[in-house]
Amino acid sequence: MMQRKRTTPEDSASTIRTVPYDLLREVAIAMVACLVLVVVLAAALSSPDVPSVTIQSWAQADPVDFTTTAANELAGSTTSAGYGAPYNSTDAGQTLGPIAPSKWAGVRQPVDGANDFVINPLKHASVGDSELTAALSGFQAASDAQKTAWLTAYAKALGDAKVQDGKVVVASGDYGAVPVLMDRLLTVARSGGLDGLLLSSGHFYQTDFTKPLLFMADGSYLAGLAAAQHLSGSQWGMMNETGQYPGQSWLWLYTVWYQIPPFNTAPNGDLLVIILMGVLTLGLLLVPFIPGLRDIPRLVPIYRLIWRRYYREEARP
Amino acid sequence: MKQTPAPGRMGERSSSWTARARGEVAQRLPIENLLPDRQPYYVGSWVYVFGVVTIAALVLTVLSGVILALAGPDWWHISAAGRFFNSLHFWSVQVFFVFMVLHLWGQYFMASWRGGRAATWMIGVVIFAISIAAAFTGYLSQQNFASQWIAVSAKDALNAAGLGAFFNVLNFGQMYGIHVVLLPAAIIVLVALHILWVRMKGVVRPIESSRPATRSTPEKV
Amino acid sequence: MDTPAGYLHWGFILISIPNLLLIGLMIVLFVLALVIPLPGEKETP
Repeated sequence: MMQRKRTTPEDSASTIRTVPYDLLREVAIAMVACLVLVVVLAAALSSPDVPSVTIQSWAQADPVDFTTTAANELAGSTTSAGYGAPYNSTDAGQTLGPIAPSKWAGVRQPVDGANDFVINPLKHASVGDSELTAALSGFQAASDAQKTAWLTAYAKALGDAKVQDGKVVVASGDYGAVPVLMDRLLTVARSGGLDGLLLSSGHFYQTDFTKPLLFMADGSYLAGLAAAQHLSGSQWGMMNETGQYPGQSWLWLYTVWYQIPPFNTAPNGDLLVIILMGVLTLGLLLVPFIPGLRDIPRLVPIYRLIWRRYYREEARP
Repeated sequence: MKQTPAPGRMGERSSSWTARARGEVAQRLPIENLLPDRQPYYVGSWVYVFGVVTIAALVLTVLSGVILALAGPDWWHISAAGRFFNSLHFWSVQVFFVFMVLHLWGQYFMASWRGGRAATWMIGVVIFAISIAAAFTGYLSQQNFASQWIAVSAKDALNAAGLGAFFNVLNFGQMYGIHVVLLPAAIIVLVALHILWVRMKGVVRPIESSRPATRSTPEKV
Repeated sequence: MDTPAGYLHWGFILISIPNLLLIGLMIVLFVLALVIPLPGEKETP
């Protein structure tokens, strides 16, 4: 084989023996091999596509959970109601000492669960429905203390609720206008109308699903479906995929923290993980400059396998 | 006759920006190094193919993504051909990450940042991070149960970081645009730079175990 | 492919079988790449 001396680009003082190499042919072979692999995988295994949950399917599958969530929205006791920025200012959000990024960013996607998810859709639905119109005015005219009393009693009753013909039936009690509001909202939801009302919010074109998704996330139905597929945060869910498909294994270092103390129970767990992963990513970026970390390759003899031909030839007298 | 970089008519340095730029490029990356037909004999391991396979997978991801974008985000749910192209996109992403990580392992254990190649390494890490973001926005763009759950789960981390206020993972339109336009453009530009840097600096020399590295600036290896 | 995957639960580790297989495959590929000579190369002593 012909040996031609050639200088490496940055080190002109030394020369190294070179061998023939066809870069473009290597690229072409890699492309063909990859194409074959991907086509075979796609044809044989397809890809996951579990259909989305709608407000309608939620209301039909679990009317008690739907109604409980709606009542909690009115009471302001849902996750979204007490979330803080960017949706509202009811909570300071996650902080670490003086570090409070969500608060600094501010309330940029204002959401008011009681009005956005319940009252306003019901107002739309009250056209031609005098009983609903009366219930709405009755509820809104009541004092905060009265509303709380009704909602607390109703929430308690929901614990023993029964489902009859898709409707939620509770033991009789003093709930004021609440049962009518809940019953109508469930009807609108079961008909599919609530999906549209929550999404469109008065616009025609809309691609922002914040309202329907936050409403769904306030309930237990969506989370229950996720847990059944091992997609919850505490099940390493970030790495997983529905069905038998591989997920996102490259997120292993991100999700592992959520499985162990203190991150898994800390109220500012998300912020802690974000900061930690920011530091680790910076560490990976700066490996060339970090003593110890940049010396490990020299200590682990993997390189001796990769360049064994070189070391063999250099060792020859 | 080979063009010499940028002398003026009297032999002085040209004032033409174009001639000067051409000179810089010719000096840093002569065409024989951009498209070499020879390589150092120590480049003789299957570990060296991980990078090019990653690029091949990226090309397939982008091409299948172009078809999906042309047909719109709904197509793959309602058409068998659409589902097939989505599957091509899904599996090329899996192959991309597999080989990118293998490439990362290989380059780490070869300490490929030596000899003034720290920038190459750093560009690679940035590509890795942006690819994760690209995959994430892709999962959000699926318009199925998985994207619903990923959105409501991921919002908490992004909100805690203060980013959720500006990047609303529950906003399909925003996530789709970022996924289809912004992040692929960023990845393609960075991969091009990464490749140019590899070609400019050449393949890193084998580790000489008698010489401990003290800096990552050019060392005699 | 749409039925739920099997999971391996070991201490606090919970991993899906597909993911485990993929990671295992990656390790195998890396080791193979280290030890298998390129075509045309002869291993001289």
